[in-house]
Amino acid sequence: MTRALTPSNLREALSLLGEDPGLVPMAGCTDLMVTDPVERVELPAVLDLTRVRELRGIRRGKEALEIGATTTFSEIGSSADVEELFPALARAARVIGGWQIQNRATLGGNIANASPAGDSLPVLLVLDATLVAASTNGERRIPYTEFHVGYRRTALEPSELIDRVSLPIPVPGSVQAFRKVGTREAQAISKVVVAMLGRVEEGKLADYRLAAGSVAPTPVRLAEVEDSIRGRSVGEETASLAGSLARAAVKPIDDVRSTATYRAFALERVVRRLTLQLI
Amino acid sequence: MARLLDVLRERLELTGTKEGCGEGECGACTVLLEGRPVLSCLVPLVQCAEREIQTVEGLADSVPSFFEQFVATGGVQCGACTPGIVVTAAALLVESPKPTRDEVQKALAGNLCRCTGYEGIIRALIEEAGR
Ligand SMILES: Cc1cc2nc3c(=O)[nH]c(=O)nc-3n(C[C@H](O)[C@H](O)[C@H](O)COP(=O)(O)OP(=O)(O)OC[C@H]3O[C@@H](n4cnc5c(N)ncnc54)[C@H](O)[C@@H]3O)c2cc1C
Ligand code: FES
Ligand code: FES
Repeated sequence: MTRALTPSNLREALSLLGEDPGLVPMAGCTDLMVTDPVERVELPAVLDLTRVRELRGIRRGKEALEIGATTTFSEIGSSADVEELFPALARAARVIGGWQIQNRATLGGNIANASPAGDSLPVLLVLDATLVAASTNGERRIPYTEFHVGYRRTALEPSELIDRVSLPIPVPGSVQAFRKVGTREAQAISKVVVAMLGRVEEGKLADYRLAAGSVAPTPVRLAEVEDSIRGRSVGEETASLAGSLARAAVKPIDDVRSTATYRAFALERVVRRLTLQLI
Repeated sequence: MARLLDVLRERLELTGTKEGCGEGECGACTVLLEGRPVLSCLVPLVQCAEREIQTVEGLADSVPSFFEQFVATGGVQCGACTPGIVVTAAALLVESPKPTRDEVQKALAGNLCRCTGYEGIIRALIEEAGR
């Protein structure tokens, strides 16, 4: 039998977790409940976050938009603020699983699950997100680029919950792009996923940010590619260079969903095309 | 953790809700949780306390014409996917009373049907919406 704790506010949730850091936080359960049907591993004790009001919702401030950890992808995908400020995130939200999954799956769950194929993760990387973790000791702000430390390992401590994600409002003129390559449009885990942000000034890329998933043990921000591309004039030549640099920068693997060769090929093509779309 | 799906089928004997894959891929187990379609194979019972669940049995009373449309268009063959599809479709019609074909396809993307080729299902829905 699994012991389930169902706190109704954040303070209670954090103090329960503080007392027993072995508790497994539980949100939409679209990862947690997918277990081997034969072995059906039972979790000893879970901490249900779905009744903790403070963790859910989207708040727009002057400098940043904040998204609570248990906000679902349906809520994110249908938010006018997200669509206006972070179209790449809105697009990602609408291609995660199908409708039923989006109604349950949360942003915090996607982040904590830390799959290299998690679709929202490269988007958070290019948006320069800050993750706000909470524990009984207060809040800790973690730059999202420092959050994924290894294959399915994160900077989150067992006594911490993901409280929210803070997204700085982009400079006017910034263009965002997102593309997921899967077996089909819906309900498919990505073979390759790419997020991009760029800003063109006087024909040159004043800002260029690129991140990808499913091509390394963690979602990755491709900083070296960015450095080589920033400042160049927009066009076919720069786009092709970005594609080939991206391909050279990653080391994808073969697995059940795809092969290393296909992933590298797809990454190059997608990066090239999205870079062209930044104009 | 006890799954909502098992409690519905085995304890409450509401066997209209089907189990296909048991891992979120097929949509056969779709029910409405607070009015929104979710997969009951991935919902632990503990999250259902004091929350409203509606199954296909509940819809049979509220939208009987819908069931007839499915039969009329050939949207049902073996029937394994049908309860999940009816539940998802009913939720779509609440959200979007006159859905476009594209909206129907997007809404049903998480409901697999191995028999009908989807055409009859999509027509049933569009015809129901046009009534
Ligand atoms: C059929 C199907 C299709 C899917 N398709 C996609 C897809 O296309 N793209 C994609 O990226 N993912 C996909 N997923 C995976 C999954 O839906 C996502 O990763 C989802 O965002 C997980 O969120 P959740 O709320 O359901 O997490 P849960 O299952 O509740 O939790 C996942 C993990 O996060 C931890 N956790 C949750 N919330 C917190 C918090 N606030 N603080 C600390 N830890 C926390 C839990 O302890 C657990 O380890 C799919 C899953 C299924 C079953
Ligand atoms: S049985 Fe739940 S989705 Fe297949
Ligand atoms: S009618 Fe057989 S699976 Fe849909």
